[in-house]
This record gives sequence, C-alpha cells and structure tokens, in this order.
Amino acid sequence: MTDLRSAPTRSTGMGTLVAKITVLGGLDALAVFLGAVLVSRGDYVIAALVVVGAIVLTVIYLSERLLPAKYMAPGLVFLAIFQVFVIGYTVYIAFTNYSTGHILTQDQAVEALLSQSQRRLPDSPSYSVTVVESNSQLGLLVTAPDGTALLGTADSPLRPVDATFQDGQAVAVEGYTSLRFADLLGRQDEVFSLAVPLADDASAGSLRTLDGRTAYQYTSKLSFDPASETLTDTETGEVYVDGGEGAFVGEDGTEILPGWQVNVGLDNFTRAVSEPSIRGPLVYVTAWTIAFAALSVGIIFALGLLMALLFNDPSMRGRTAYRIVMVLPYAFPAFLGAMVWSGMLSQSFGFINQVVLGGASIPWLTDPTLAKISVLMVNLWLGFPYMFLVATGALQAIPGEVREAARVDGTSRWQMLRHIELPLLLISMAPILIATFAFNFNNFNVIYLVTGGGPRDTGAGIPVGQTDILISLVYKVAFTGQNRDYGLASAFSIIIFIVVAAISVISFRRTKTLEEIS
Amino acid sequence: MSALDLTAARLERSGRRRRRKSHGLRHVAALVLSVYALLPLLYIVSASLNPTGTLTGSNRLFRLVGLDSYRRLLASDQFPFLTWFKNSLVIGLTTAVLSVFLGALAAYAFSRMRFRGRRTGLLTIVLVQMFPQLLAVVAIFLLLTRIGELVPAIGLNTQAGLISVYLGAALGVNTYLMYGYFNTVPTEIDEAARVDGAGHMRIFLTIILRLVAPILAVVGLLSFITSMNDFVIASVVLIDPEKQTLAVGLYRMVSNPNYADWSAFAAGAVMASIPVVALFLFLQKYIVGGLTAGSTK
Repeated sequence: MTDLRSAPTRSTGMGTLVAKITVLGGLDALAVFLGAVLVSRGDYVIAALVVVGAIVLTVIYLSERLLPAKYMAPGLVFLAIFQVFVIGYTVYIAFTNYSTGHILTQDQAVEALLSQSQRRLPDSPSYSVTVVESNSQLGLLVTAPDGTALLGTADSPLRPVDATFQDGQAVAVEGYTSLRFADLLGRQDEVFSLAVPLADDASAGSLRTLDGRTAYQYTSKLSFDPASETLTDTETGEVYVDGGEGAFVGEDGTEILPGWQVNVGLDNFTRAVSEPSIRGPLVYVTAWTIAFAALSVGIIFALGLLMALLFNDPSMRGRTAYRIVMVLPYAFPAFLGAMVWSGMLSQSFGFINQVVLGGASIPWLTDPTLAKISVLMVNLWLGFPYMFLVATGALQAIPGEVREAARVDGTSRWQMLRHIELPLLLISMAPILIATFAFNFNNFNVIYLVTGGGPRDTGAGIPVGQTDILISLVYKVAFTGQNRDYGLASAFSIIIFIVVAAISVISFRRTKTLEEIS
Repeated sequence: MSALDLTAARLERSGRRRRRKSHGLRHVAALVLSVYALLPLLYIVSASLNPTGTLTGSNRLFRLVGLDSYRRLLASDQFPFLTWFKNSLVIGLTTAVLSVFLGALAAYAFSRMRFRGRRTGLLTIVLVQMFPQLLAVVAIFLLLTRIGELVPAIGLNTQAGLISVYLGAALGVNTYLMYGYFNTVPTEIDEAARVDGAGHMRIFLTIILRLVAPILAVVGLLSFITSMNDFVIASVVLIDPEKQTLAVGLYRMVSNPNYADWSAFAAGAVMASIPVVALFLFLQKYIVGGLTAGSTK
C-alpha cells in the first residue's frame, strides 16, 4: 500500500486557496459568535468546546500535512456531536431533575414566577397608550402623566423617546408603525398578553392594556429578594425558600412551579430502584426486553434456517418465484408493516379475528400474554425474509467437498445437518445473530407501532405497559404523558447503555471481527 | 439383467419417488409461507381500494374496488400526505447522499493512507456503532432545543436538524463496510494516476469513487431505508404537521385504528411503499451482498 504522505505536495490553485480561507473564515466567525453568546449565557463548557472544535478544524485544513484528518473531519464532526456528545449529555441529564416544570434556569424561573403572579395594582394611575409594532414585535408608546413619551416592548423596559403628539397624546414614533383599531381587534390575544416592564428591575411591575388605549400598572404579588434568594408573597406574607430540589417551597412544604433545573445527583437512579411503582415496571420491562430480543432471534433464525434448508435445492421448481414472494415483507417499509399488522390484529374489527378466525374476538393486542405473542409474530414476519436470505448464502458457502466427504463416510441427512452443516452455519452466522439480537433489543418500531407498549399497567407510577421494552419506556417517560421526565428517562437510557455495552464486549470476545481489521 | 442391476434400478426408482414426495411437502411449505408473507400486503392493497374507509369494511378482500380513498387522502387538509412524502424523500435522499460521501471520505483515508492511530480509529468507529443513536433520543431532543435557541435554522423542528442527527450515524455504520470494499481496489491504479500527475483529491473523486460504485449504492440505499423507517427521532424532532415524515404522519392517522380512516391510511401506505419496494427489488442483488456483510434492517 502506498503512503500518500510522502507524495509530493501539489501546489493548490489560487482559487481553491481563496475558497478554503473563505469557508474556514466563515466557520471561525460563526464559532466566535456562538462562543460569545454561550459565554454570555453562562454555558462555559459548551463555549469552550465550540471554540476548540473550530480551532482544530482550522488547523487541520490549513496545515500542509494531516491529510487523513482532512478526509475524516467532516464525518467526525457529526459523529462527535450527534453520537458521542449526546451520550455524555444523556449521562449529565440523568443527574438532573430536567422535566416538565424544571426546564428553566433559576433566574428564568424567578422571572416567570414574578410575571405569572402579576395583578393590577389597586388605585394605580392609568396611562394613555398607543400599541406600536416593529419587526412583528408589539410595543407600547406611553404618554406619561407629566406629558412626555415613553416606549417599551416585552423585552425592553420603558425609556423616553421623541414622539409625534396629537391632542397631548403620543401617537407615533419613528421606526415603529402604530396599530389601528382594526389591527388591534385581529391581534387581541397578543395585545392582552403584552406586558411592558416599567424598569429593568422585574419587581417594579409592568404596564398592561386590555383595550389598546389605556394601560394600568401591574405588579407581582411575589417579590424576590436576591440576597436571601427567597420569594415573599406581599399579600399573605408567606415566604418561599429554595427547597434544594429546583423549586421554591412554602412554609407548609408546597412547591410552586415553574421550578428550575438542578443537579440531583443519583436521585433518578435511587428513585428507579427504591420506588416500588417504578422499580416493578423497570424490572419486568428489562426482563421482557431481553426475552423479546432473544425469542425474536430464536424464532426468526429457526424459520429462516428451515426455509434455507428446504428451498436450497436447485431441482425444486418455482424456487425463484417463491423467493421473490417471500422476500417482499423485507422490501416493505418496516414501520408500515407494523402499522398494518396493528390494524389486522384489532380485537373487534381486525382481519385476523373477523376473517381468518371466522368472527372470533381474541384480544390480540390488549391481553398481556397475547400482546407479547402478537409482537413476536409481527417481528417474525418482518425479520424472517432477511434471515432466509442470509442463511441461504451461508449454506451455499459451505464447500461441496465437506458434504461429499461426509456422504462417503455414510452419514445420514440428519447427521449431516446436526453435526456438519449446523455447526458451520452457526460459526459463519454468529455475528449476524448477535447483530439481530442487538437490533431487536432496541426494536422500537415493532413495539410502539403495534401495541404502543400496551396493555397499560395502571398501577405504575410512570407511563408503561406490558409489552414495553426499555427504549419505548424511555420514549414514553420522556415524551408522552402529563409529566415529561427527561432526567428519569435518561437514567433508564444509561441502563440500556450498560446492557448493550456488556453484550458488545461478550460478542467481540466471541467473534473475531476486530482481528480482521488489519 | 442381473439381480444386482434389478435391485439398483428398483432402489433408484424408489429414491426418485421419495424425492418427488419430499418436493411435494416442500411446495406445501412454500405455499403456506408465501401466504404468510403476502397476506398483509394483499390486505393493505385491498383495503386501499375499498371506498368505505373503516377497518371492518376492509376485511372483504377485493370485494369493492375504487380509487376513492386515494382521492380522499390526496385532497385531505388534515393529513398533508404529499408534503410528508416529499419530506421523507428529501430527508432520506439528502441523508443518503451525504452519509455516502462522508463515509467514503473516511473509508478512503483508512484504506489508502497510513497514519498513527489508524487501527484504533477504525476500532473506535466500529465500537461507537454499537450504541444506536435512538438510545440518546432525550439528549438529542434537548440538544436540538438548545441549538435552536442559538441557530434556529438547524434547531428543533427543522429538517436540517434531523438530517444532521442522522449524519451522526454516517461514519459508524458505513465506514467499515466501505473500508473493506475500498481495499479490493488495487493500489496500482492510484499509483498510475499519481504518476500521471493527479492529486489525492482528484484520484478520490474521479477514479476511486467510480470503482467502488456498487458499495456506494448499497450504503446509500441502506441509509435511505433507515431514515425512511425512523420513527423515534423524527417524531421527537419534527413538530409541525407540514414538516413531518411519512412514518410519523401515517402513524398519527391510525394511532387509534378502530376509529381511523383506514382506507385512506392504506392508500397512503401503498403509495409510500411502492418506491421503496421497487427500488429494493431492482437492487436486490446488491442488497443481498450487503446483507451478508452484516447489516440489519
């Protein structure tokens, strides 16, 4: 093999060089911008990663050497972000309380709480206002009691401006369009929800208008004390303190939401193993995941092998036609196959009960045991053509001499299969069987699109059903239901990581895949 | 004719009879399996031609035949089927082309260059592939939410964001497969081109890529099918109905099969699967070769 490093470096054309510098320049500019934004938001680690990444890329492409890196960098960038980083990020999330009600940072949560609890200040003066718009963002042009004009939007507090006055009231300002009455009607909701802060300090309250002409001062009934980090209800006098779990807690222990995201250590893992309403489902889901993957491999391999043995006879007529028909389920998109089966297995209207079984009412998808059998049968349908093709290939790869020698020694057909063909097949197909196991371990589509993981386990503290496997459990905990618990879902993901890693280690020890890489 | 010959002839005859009998059994088995393989497909084609729309109405195979449900689906405002179709094609094709290109670049480096950490690099990529992306779906969702706050064009609810996520798997799955195939192209060809004054980029783009075209087709097709079939990540990343893919959109149509417009779904399923099935049958030869190299659907 040749070594490209020793090849004479070709002088690159001026055009290429300019293009390269332009692209890299753009990339670096973007990285600097992102870095600055991230630093201003306090995400120092991510900012550092972005900047270091940009520097590495620049060095790779400006250097005269590092040729292999130039070829690998584009793919590696995506691999690094969406394959490696996300695994690390999963671990990080698993140690937080990231969930519905705990998505914000603490500052954002305080701000949200203050603006949520705003109500009109009794006896507050009324301000005459004009609703204005710029870049589809609404603002209020306010005529202060002393006759001067002030302008503010939801994001920027009121500040004095030079405005055009009509009858002593500010009606227009440069850079903004004043909304007419008809416009106001069309955007009522936007106008109602507009709250313009009076000052930078959120506790000063804000101006809101209900009719687009008159605004009143609203203040929050909560007030935040940054020094002690407590919220005080100015009406009842109740003090809410940081409960340490990402939310303010009142004296009687009630939490007020939204809370914020905090590091909760091993809390998610502790919950998973100590709360019975989570531990129970987790145990049976893990057991079923392993059983589902193993049984799937077993039945798919058995049928595929049987078919390969039956139809691997050149003298059989119509082999090609059979083969095309039997491969069709593999060509049909798997997600559609799962959905079609889900309809066919419907208890009261499905094809299987109504036609094949002549009007039976078997709860294929709603009985815990039958639902498990159903998903296995659907998975068999989706998987057997693939195993048939692979087993046929492996069978044909067994050298004719081996069979010949056995036949000379007088082995029967059964002995040949049992002692010669099967062992040879198992050796050559082991990597594929392991890959099939690993694939089915996370075969989300078959479970979620056929039964939705159901029938649902109503006693559990998380959305989970009798046919759920780990990955569908993660999905349901994180993305369905009232309370989306990203932290707990990530903790479950880590369990899958560990199981998959263990399987990989075992499979790599057994097969020699790695040794083939020279 | 001696007695021995007679016996031999009788033996041969009975052997032939036995073989014919076993062939008969084989045909029975083949027919049963063909029915198992074909029934759901026939059923969905029949359901799509059934004008009534319900799940029950679809049970009488080919009793009523009409294109009403196709018209109904294509005219539907609630389910923008053609948009989903277009989205799936755009996302699938872009992912396929880009991941083939990214994978080929890396495979070229691994196959043609010698550098420190080459073996470790290849090993790492094979190992990383063991962890499918969907395991990190929660982190992907939150990461894209964060990215979207900074750069909305590639954040949550964008197809560019989803494609970027898919490209994260481009190296892991494909490089090893491609690496093996690249190695079968003799290096003398590179050598000759270099003597003629071609640079490494030119050798890659104009010579090597053409010689490895079959593996590019296989990898491209597999990555197209993978992104077509993906439900988990697509359902989490794409939120607006007009941005969704076929897998997510069609699922929303029948999330409760008993009350869904089942014929319209069936029509959608037939239309969605025709290109994939056709492509598959057309490229069957290559795919079967790729399968034995160890990829799963």
